[in-house]
Amino acid sequence: MARWPKPPEGSWTEHFGLGTEPISYEDSISPEFYELERDAIFKRAWLNVGRVEQLPRKGSYFTKELAVARTSVVIVRGADDEVRAFYNVCRHRGNKLVWRDYPREETSGVSRQFVCKYHGWRYDLDGACSFVQQEQEFFDLDKADYGLVPVNCEIWAGFIFVNLAKQPEQSLREFLGAMVTKLENYPFHQQTERWFYRATVNANWKLYMDAFQEFYHAPVLHAKQTPPDWSAAAQQAGFEAPAYTIDGPHRVVSTAGIHPWNLAESMLKPIERITRSGLFGPWDKPDLDYDQKAAGINPAGCDPWGLDSFQIFPNFVILVWGQNWYLTYHYWPTGHGSHVFEGTLYFVPAQTPRERVAHELAAVSFKEYGLQDANTLEATQTMLESRVIERFPLNDQEVLCRHLHKVAAEWVDEYKKLEDVGV
Amino acid sequence: MTETETMLPAEFSDLEPFAATWCLATEPERFTQRLVIPMDEMQAFYDAVTARYEEAMAYCDKFALDDMPADATNLLHLLYSMVMVSFPVECWGQGRVPDTGAAYLDLLVEPGP
Repeated sequence: MARWPKPPEGSWTEHFGLGTEPISYEDSISPEFYELERDAIFKRAWLNVGRVEQLPRKGSYFTKELAVARTSVVIVRGADDEVRAFYNVCRHRGNKLVWRDYPREETSGVSRQFVCKYHGWRYDLDGACSFVQQEQEFFDLDKADYGLVPVNCEIWAGFIFVNLAKQPEQSLREFLGAMVTKLENYPFHQQTERWFYRATVNANWKLYMDAFQEFYHAPVLHAKQTPPDWSAAAQQAGFEAPAYTIDGPHRVVSTAGIHPWNLAESMLKPIERITRSGLFGPWDKPDLDYDQKAAGINPAGCDPWGLDSFQIFPNFVILVWGQNWYLTYHYWPTGHGSHVFEGTLYFVPAQTPRERVAHELAAVSFKEYGLQDANTLEATQTMLESRVIERFPLNDQEVLCRHLHKVAAEWVDEYKKLEDVGV
Repeated sequence: MTETETMLPAEFSDLEPFAATWCLATEPERFTQRLVIPMDEMQAFYDAVTARYEEAMAYCDKFALDDMPADATNLLHLLYSMVMVSFPVECWGQGRVPDTGAAYLDLLVEPGP
């Protein structure tokens, strides 16, 4: 007996017309498919590279390594307060322009200009070439022709996106669509206490997306994280989402919440009661002034409401919690069987040591769960690559996994058609 | 260590034996410590610090987060470590997260203090 009503078609999967047959994971183990994804997806879609708070003042910058596109970009706030993105390469002889100690590591800071370490060419924050060492030795060189190469850069709700296409097919807002852009009514700007995690994961980027876009796994994989009474109850109940939403290439899963303070003693870890916090966040939530309907979250109107996880194509997740904090995930491919995972937690800045300790438990819990998820993926990747099994059944709570793999295939097919007609 | 070189406020002298091991300013230090300290020592630390939690929290709460004296900051770090050891003590019976093998997740930016 379903706890939440399903769509009239009988299932979410059929409602979205995604087909119910077992699916192939060849797209996650094929080096050839990965090569296609690099151009078809990562050089065509808008990619989130960070937030405006990472560029607090004029001259603030950070670099982003995009191995999937064989490039690096530098994002900088100019003297005119505009945020711009450039390919991180010197126009003279192609040296990486902004880096510290290790050329492949990302860096950040504040600067009045960028100076190439190799021959000292200088660039203003707006990308203009401002100085060429021994300029008179060059031949008919006009500095105006040698500015940094710009990257399409747009901001939505404080999130900075880049697009590596010469001419993006859609503006950022068009790309994000109605379902996602509504979320700009959510007060991201008030949640500036930032925790940033990173790991290299030996699994295809889509497999980790899958791990966090279904909660069918949660009662099982994470059973050892909770007291036996909780784990048993969770497994007995299983997981059902009250609502799934899909709009274009993007998708959302919404969950019902719990009031942990109402649970029996044996259902909670003592530390949760002691610090009044846990995986779902601090029990005493900070005030956030926003309207759920206007922000397009909690579509089923759950009370208590758990979370909404916005899976923004291709590799970006914004997860807003009922307890008034949010987190983001990024999955940056580095090969067909590996990627860099980034998790960033955002809280309303703690006002007291007590609030800070509550954040500590939420953050430590996030990491303990994330480690289990990451390690399991490696076990999945290796066995998918054995190709012993070719088709895998997905249930209705895994509907968003089905959608991601379908969209990835569509983008690749569309790109192949464009290539064939020589566009 | 001489008597004058205590890390914690005088009211928390009973926690002082744990201070050198667990007053750690960053999550990477606390996480690493959890992997090397034996379970029985973590249990002893957990029992001692949870028993004084409310008093320790009340002491820290007398200060603003951006203006805490060194001994109160140490006490706060001890509470962060209490959070860190709670998982092995309450659930796993081991310092390592179950089923995580060689996986890692580095915390590169964290808020103070």
